Amino acid sequence: MDKLKDIAKVVRSKNASPFAITFDVMFEEKELYERFKESNALSKEKICELYGVASDGILEYVYYDQARALKFTLLRRNWPHGSVNERDTFGAQQHVPLFDVEVPTI
Amino acid sequence: MSERKKIPEDGLRILTPIGMLGYGIHEGDFEQGLENNPDAIILDSGSNDGGPFKLGANEMARHPDSYERDLRLLLDGRAKNNIPLLIGSSGGPGTNELVREVCSLVETHEANEGRETKVAYVYSDVDKDTVRERLEAGEIEVCDGAPDLENDDIDDSIIVAQIGAEPILKVLEENEDIDVIVAGRAYDPSPYAAFCMQYEIDPGIYWHMGKIMECGGLCAEPKTQAIMATVFEDSFELEPLSKKAKCTPTSVAAHTLYEKMHPYKLQGPGGMLDLEECDYIQMSGELELGDPSTKKEERRVKVTGSRFVKDDIYRVKLEGAKQVGYRSMFIGGIRDPIMIEGIDDILETIKSHMVDKHKDQSPPFPFEINFHLYGRNGVMSKWEPVKDIPHEIGLLCEVTAPEQEFAAMICSETRVAMLHGPYQGQLATGGNLASPLTPLECDLGAVYKWSVYHTMIVRPGEGDELFKCGIYSEEGEV
Repeated sequence: MDKLKDIAKVVRSKNASPFAITFDVMFEEKELYERFKESNALSKEKICELYGVASDGILEYVYYDQARALKFTLLRRNWPHGSVNERDTFGAQQHVPLFDVEVPTI
Repeated sequence: MSERKKIPEDGLRILTPIGMLGYGIHEGDFEQGLENNPDAIILDSGSNDGGPFKLGANEMARHPDSYERDLRLLLDGRAKNNIPLLIGSSGGPGTNELVREVCSLVETHEANEGRETKVAYVYSDVDKDTVRERLEAGEIEVCDGAPDLENDDIDDSIIVAQIGAEPILKVLEENEDIDVIVAGRAYDPSPYAAFCMQYEIDPGIYWHMGKIMECGGLCAEPKTQAIMATVFEDSFELEPLSKKAKCTPTSVAAHTLYEKMHPYKLQGPGGMLDLEECDYIQMSGELELGDPSTKKEERRVKVTGSRFVKDDIYRVKLEGAKQVGYRSMFIGGIRDPIMIEGIDDILETIKSHMVDKHKDQSPPFPFEINFHLYGRNGVMSKWEPVKDIPHEIGLLCEVTAPEQEFAAMICSETRVAMLHGPYQGQLATGGNLASPLTPLECDLGAVYKWSVYHTMIVRPGEGDELFKCGIYSEEGEV
């Protein structure tokens, strides 16, 4: 098993809109990306588990081969953007639960 | 639409010196860009990434000095090369008022330089009567995650539209000799699309090019500022100006993902950009960078296959912000492990105590106390998976109330309650908080929220009426 943080090139979060936060996992090498994609290690169910969201909170979940990337986007439900009780105006520090996702070695 | 122009033999060149006006243009890279004969300088000046504050307050996103410095470079550069300068979402939120402020900064500099410069404005504010009427008519749709739109929200909000390319194109077509276009809030690629619409270029190409270019050189590796796009009928090429950076197929393809909901389907005003079948091809450098070896480096990327699918109904996205109150805050460190262990109960007790204390307030005023616990879950709140007990907590308390004085009063009382409150098992009766700063509390001023994040139908032929444009002069718009 490999942890995502050890094999991915980019693991990030960012606002996609005032009401949505988007996550990207990107790979340098095609083989690593293919292995990750085929394993379904970061499935929608896994995302629901990691972020405590229901599946209707996942707005998008898409692989983009040209960038060797998986992108998923969640509704920003916990607090209103850039307003009272904001924790992360740019949505840029919500990615860490993805670091320890395990990807099977082939 | 007027007769479309033919693209120059070696492509239509667009220079973007930086991804955000006012962030500090690198003079050397910009100059180098100008040496490569761009046909236009285009850049973005706004974003909703930083929250509703600037829109709600109707304030410039950056300090005026930052705008002045960047504008000085841009205006001198565009005059030297005699090419147009296009700015989108001027001033940040891109309200009419901020468009006028940026026009004024432009006029001042041009007057100082003794130049006669033709400056156009494009407005993006949407008036409240229109929004109300369209809401009634069922022509307004909520965007994912946004709250429903109430008439109260419309009354209390500043509302702008992320305009498409057409109002900017209108300025270009009606004024062959336009020097500067200061556009209000716009869909980020709109100024790029507008400029390209004058030419025989496939819409998929210019919308995609604009989507990448509006961020400046973020599509390069490492991230850089200044970037040149060379646009052809059915492809475009990107190359950074800094010799330290290069564009690769991965860096450009990956940038498409940045800040977007979906990696290859991007909805905008008038249609959807579909990048699923795009090809990103590595090329060697072609720009003159004062060093011939860059022409042997693989630092340029060609993009093909971008498609634009026109919508049957033209919709623009509306953004609106309204004030929710005023805030005050205090911060303090907690090091006592007994207190840290019981912190949840302690904070609940303090909140209840404050509500109870003020329940018979006459007149009544609502207030909200929020605690952020750094070291525990300050950044991720409910999403934080780590449950370990930390050895210290950085406590940030923010209080929101309808008036600044009330927020300050509640904040002060809360801080005192935190500092002196007893709790189960307490040994340290000297004081519960390590306060680093005096004054001990700080007033934060107004706080806003997004009240409008909806699409609105632009009825056929009404674009000119909704999004006015014209030539700017100090006495007022013409």
